[in-house]
Amino acid sequence: MSFLSYLINGISLGSVYAIIALGYTMVYGIAKMLNFAHGDIIMVGAFVTFTMVSTCGYPPMVGVLCAIVFCTVLGVVIERVAYKPLRGASKLAVLITAIGVSYLLQNLALLIFGSNSHQFTSVVALPNLKLADGALTISSVTIVTILLCIIIMVVLLTFINKTKIGQAMLAVSEDNGAATLMGIDVNRTIAVTFAIGSALAAIAGALLCSAYPSLTPYTGSMPGIKAFVAAVFGGIGSIPGAFIGGVLLGIIENLSKAYISSQLSDAIVFSVLIIVLLVRPTGIMGKKINEKV
Amino acid sequence: MKKRMFSLGMAVLMAASMTACGGSSSSSATTAAAAAETEAAEAAEAEDSAEETEAAAADDGATFKIGVIGPLTGAAAAYGVGVANGADLAVKEINAAGGINGYQVELNSQDDEHDPEKSVNAYNTLKDWGAQMIVGSVTSKPCIAVVAETSADNMFQITPSGSAVECISGDNAFRVCFSDPSQGKASAQYIGEHALATKIGIIYDSSTEYSSGIREAFVAEAANQGLEIVADEAFTADSATDFSVQLDKMNEAGAELVFLPIYYQEASIILKQASDKEFAPIFFGVDGMDGILTVDNFDTSLAEGVMLLTPFSTTEEGSLQFTADYTAAYGEEPNQFAADSYDAIYAIKAAAEAADVNPDMSYSDICDALKVAMTEISIDGLTGENMTWDASGETGKAPKAVMIVNGVYEMQ
Amino acid sequence: MKMNQKRKVFIQNLITYAIVIGCWIIIQIMIQTGNISSLLKGLLVPLCTYAILAVSLNLTVGILGELSLGHAGFMCVGAFSGAFFTNVAANVIPGTGLRLFFALLIGAAVAGIFGLLIGIPVLRLKGDYLAIVTLAFGEIIKNLINTLYVGVDAAGLHFSIKDTTSLGLDETGVVIIKGPQGITGTPKAATFTVGVIVLLITVFVVLNLINSRSGRAIMAIRDNRIAAESIGINVTKFKLMAFAISASLAGAAGVLYAHNLSSLAATTNNFGYNKSITILVFVVLGGLGNVRGSIIAAVILTLLPELLRGLNDYRMLIYAIVLIVMMIFNSSPKAIEMRAVLRERFKKKSKEAA
Repeated sequence: MSFLSYLINGISLGSVYAIIALGYTMVYGIAKMLNFAHGDIIMVGAFVTFTMVSTCGYPPMVGVLCAIVFCTVLGVVIERVAYKPLRGASKLAVLITAIGVSYLLQNLALLIFGSNSHQFTSVVALPNLKLADGALTISSVTIVTILLCIIIMVVLLTFINKTKIGQAMLAVSEDNGAATLMGIDVNRTIAVTFAIGSALAAIAGALLCSAYPSLTPYTGSMPGIKAFVAAVFGGIGSIPGAFIGGVLLGIIENLSKAYISSQLSDAIVFSVLIIVLLVRPTGIMGKKINEKV
Repeated sequence: MKKRMFSLGMAVLMAASMTACGGSSSSSATTAAAAAETEAAEAAEAEDSAEETEAAAADDGATFKIGVIGPLTGAAAAYGVGVANGADLAVKEINAAGGINGYQVELNSQDDEHDPEKSVNAYNTLKDWGAQMIVGSVTSKPCIAVVAETSADNMFQITPSGSAVECISGDNAFRVCFSDPSQGKASAQYIGEHALATKIGIIYDSSTEYSSGIREAFVAEAANQGLEIVADEAFTADSATDFSVQLDKMNEAGAELVFLPIYYQEASIILKQASDKEFAPIFFGVDGMDGILTVDNFDTSLAEGVMLLTPFSTTEEGSLQFTADYTAAYGEEPNQFAADSYDAIYAIKAAAEAADVNPDMSYSDICDALKVAMTEISIDGLTGENMTWDASGETGKAPKAVMIVNGVYEMQ
Repeated sequence: MKMNQKRKVFIQNLITYAIVIGCWIIIQIMIQTGNISSLLKGLLVPLCTYAILAVSLNLTVGILGELSLGHAGFMCVGAFSGAFFTNVAANVIPGTGLRLFFALLIGAAVAGIFGLLIGIPVLRLKGDYLAIVTLAFGEIIKNLINTLYVGVDAAGLHFSIKDTTSLGLDETGVVIIKGPQGITGTPKAATFTVGVIVLLITVFVVLNLINSRSGRAIMAIRDNRIAAESIGINVTKFKLMAFAISASLAGAAGVLYAHNLSSLAATTNNFGYNKSITILVFVVLGGLGNVRGSIIAAVILTLLPELLRGLNDYRMLIYAIVLIVMMIFNSSPKAIEMRAVLRERFKKKSKEAA
């Protein structure tokens, strides 16, 4: 029974990683950049939800919606101001700028909300699920997180495969230059990608803090890195890959905490990542890169 | 390319010369600007009395200069900000009441980001500013790095909350809080003597010396008290958001009491997750647990029945005034760090008055006088009555056990 | 023509050495005359450390062309092995200077071995995958060191990954590495002069490598791996060589770091991915493959947050903004174009004036 409990908690943690990783992976796939500030958008989303729900007293759904809108706008603004001028510049320059944006968001949040941690009220107000005569308790947040993660993935896949703008995204990620020649507005496509990625980050923020309810300006950075690992794990650029990578990462982390060592769990997660990448150099679902001579 | 390198080179030369000028003369541009900024920021926080006292301090000519070092940004900022504010409040009170030995006191708080290297930088900045006494560092690792510098310089240092044994390794260094081993030992003794439980689980943060230091002493003493440690689980700073696995293990091992030698931020998550799992042992914390009731938006019913050994509580009679003043000035309730640093400033005041030092003495002479005086004074502070210090720098005070009942501390 | 170019390179390299030595002389004069602030004095060794780290990372990122996000991991290995040696050998070798010398050798050697071991699997990967694996290795190293307890007594060394009590030391035993507490009480043996000497050695090693046959092979791999392979360059060998040298230089920097502070512990701040990224910022801002640029960028960006101390709460915010603006100004295609136009205009104007 305890194994099941560890497993379910792992899937839940993994689902949060997966939602964050979806954002990472989309931005990477299309803009070809590692957006290190993604984790901090999660934090911003959580703070907006927190302010709306706990300070202003709106219902949780309104809070999450506000967070989604706010983060979407923020994501697009960041893209426009910080990343767009660097289109065509070296990849490293964009990476460093993203890190700068990450510092900026953290320190802005520190100035506005202070350094003390805030207890996040769960946005999911449902009773816990009890199985096997109460031997196994699954919290409602866990269930909602897992379900929401699956829904988001399905919606995203449909969006990309069935809509025009989704197809444009695929084209841009395949070949930027060719897409431009085909009349696709690359700048607009990238902006839309950032909007979607940031909206996902807002949802992830609300869910992350509902399950692990401590909110500080630095809340986003570690889950951000872990989700980045998850995205690479699954094959960066691939949407099902991000989902599988996230869930697997969560499970591995929780089981190694439970059965091996709670101190070494991070080391174990990273070791598994390395082993997977050595066997499959582009991740579980990643595309094989053909080398051109 | 060449031009760029040249401009970079120019910039570095300018930067170097700016820092270089800073030290020799105490009233150079950079340091003066720094002090002015500090004052401005403080004034912004509490506009009313701040400016008057600072202005008065400047008029008098000679003032005592106390430097505070702590993490004002970064993941440990909650502790550093508490210390900076607590010291600020104490200094304002002292200045309003006529200062120390008739001299006003100036305060300068520097950020160390909870990093030993930055902490030493902060100390050097304060030295350039002309600091004569240091309150800090707030966290243990930076404190150990700074104490090596202060003891080489013979600068008086009192740390409000650096609890690792090595934090006060120089004879110039004192501390207000308990040391880690003493807390761990006291906790095990309290649990054993009051027969709270025999099956103990521990969740600790293996990446901080505070938590692992207390745990180690606790485990050693638990054997003497007949306590059985059934589960002993760690987490690290990188994985301090999810404790479901650790709690499941406690539950499985049948722990009746879970010892939490950790800070309140993590403890608040543990309490929430335990309640989600409907796992309800006795939770027993140490002084880091204090502050749990002040976490913004925290559902205090979760902390019902939590026990902790703490030297300070906001609801205690002696600290009501402090709590009210602090909340009015900084917009949040004080935590134990604020109380520790408030006491640290008053300890400096008491020692400075006992030794009759004045600001015209060199910091080394002040240190020599203060380190003798520290062992002779006794103060009633927020974090303990009749606090005394021995030459090693440890304070003599007993932790008080409290239980959280109806959202407030109740003395046991 | 060839001679000419060689001479140019030689002069450029000479300028780099001259800048470092010149700075050393200026600082020495300032110290002698007492014209130096405590802050700058305290920053001297860290400045050398970061300059060494930046130069050594430039070898991997700029010369070899592989993005590494785990440089701080090698620094961590070097710091711990060096500090460990210094503490163990406290009774055997009394002079701290001599111990520091050996510690530097040991730190560099151990980090180099780690670089070699990690390089073998890592360098098979490419691009961002390589970056994430180096990040992973850095985090693993940090995590493992945090669980490591090492003590020494009459019977020799004792290891444990649990706690100090399980080391089983006798009465004379001393715990040297205390898990998350790390190593405390390392003597402060690193001085500015030592730092500058190590920096000069680093610059010497890297510049000589670049201008050697091996260096040209490494750069050929960077520019086109397949072409390099086809003309018979042993890609794996040269990649490993660059990676291991870079790691061992970072190890030496770690030893300096450890001998400058009395408390050494592996935290996210000092040896985590944050630090790796900070070093990467130095390299990118200084210019990929540009050794002198790395040193200057490391110095400026280390000084900057300290100089901004006056801004108090807004310090790190301003730092972040400066970082973004500098990146955009330096690398944005539009900004580069704009700068070129401005320069043209400026030239014209000065000509007209003349």
